[in-house]
Amino acid sequence: MTMKLIYFAWVRERIGLPEETVDLPADVKTVADLLNWLKERGENYETALERPEVIRVAINQEHADHAAPLPAKGEIALFPPMTGG
Amino acid sequence: MRSVCEPLVRVQAGDFDLATEARRLSDGRRDVGAIVSFTGLCRDDGGRLEALELEHYPGMAEAEIGRIAGEAAQRWPLSGLTVIHRFGRIAPGENIVLVVAASAHRRAAFEAADFLMDYLKSRAPFWKKEHAAGETEAGWVEAKDRDQEDMKRWKR
Repeated sequence: MTMKLIYFAWVRERIGLPEETVDLPADVKTVADLLNWLKERGENYETALERPEVIRVAINQEHADHAAPLPAKGEIALFPPMTGG
Repeated sequence: MRSVCEPLVRVQAGDFDLATEARRLSDGRRDVGAIVSFTGLCRDDGGRLEALELEHYPGMAEAEIGRIAGEAAQRWPLSGLTVIHRFGRIAPGENIVLVVAASAHRRAAFEAADFLMDYLKSRAPFWKKEHAAGETEAGWVEAKDRDQEDMKRWKR
């Protein structure tokens, strides 16, 4: 499954990319699976995702929790807790 | 059923003008009895801060603020609602965010503006980076637990 990933703020800085397209294995089914899988991709990912519980996720531009299933297509964004306003 | 106002949401790099935005919600109307506005400004934190850099998620920022504004319009009888959030580099003294709520009566306008700001802070995809005076490395602002607590005030 091909998925577009977008990163913001310190997640983007630590991974070193604003976005990328990845090919996900079939057993990566939920947001939590995705975070675990990404962590294995290198030291930069490990640093960015070392505390997965603080990572916020949006699926197709809507907030989602870590138990949410991944969509068949679209974009998944990973970012720190928001500090706007 | 009462009619629900269509909120105006803008996410922009440029500044906004409070008077213009407030006038937009009362011009040509005779039913508006209250306009409440909140303006969030960049502060220098006792001279420490040189500038803020606001990153946002284009597309989702507009969509999420639209969802929050839509919920406010459902919950309170508003005649108009405007939310403007800036992004990019913002210096102390400059505007960051504006909420203007109009209604026949003050309570709805006060509460809707308060609700909007609590939700914006924790749910709108914006991130602040601080450029401190005399430091080369800029640091990300950390989210406060207090902001999460503020949001709980509106659970029902």
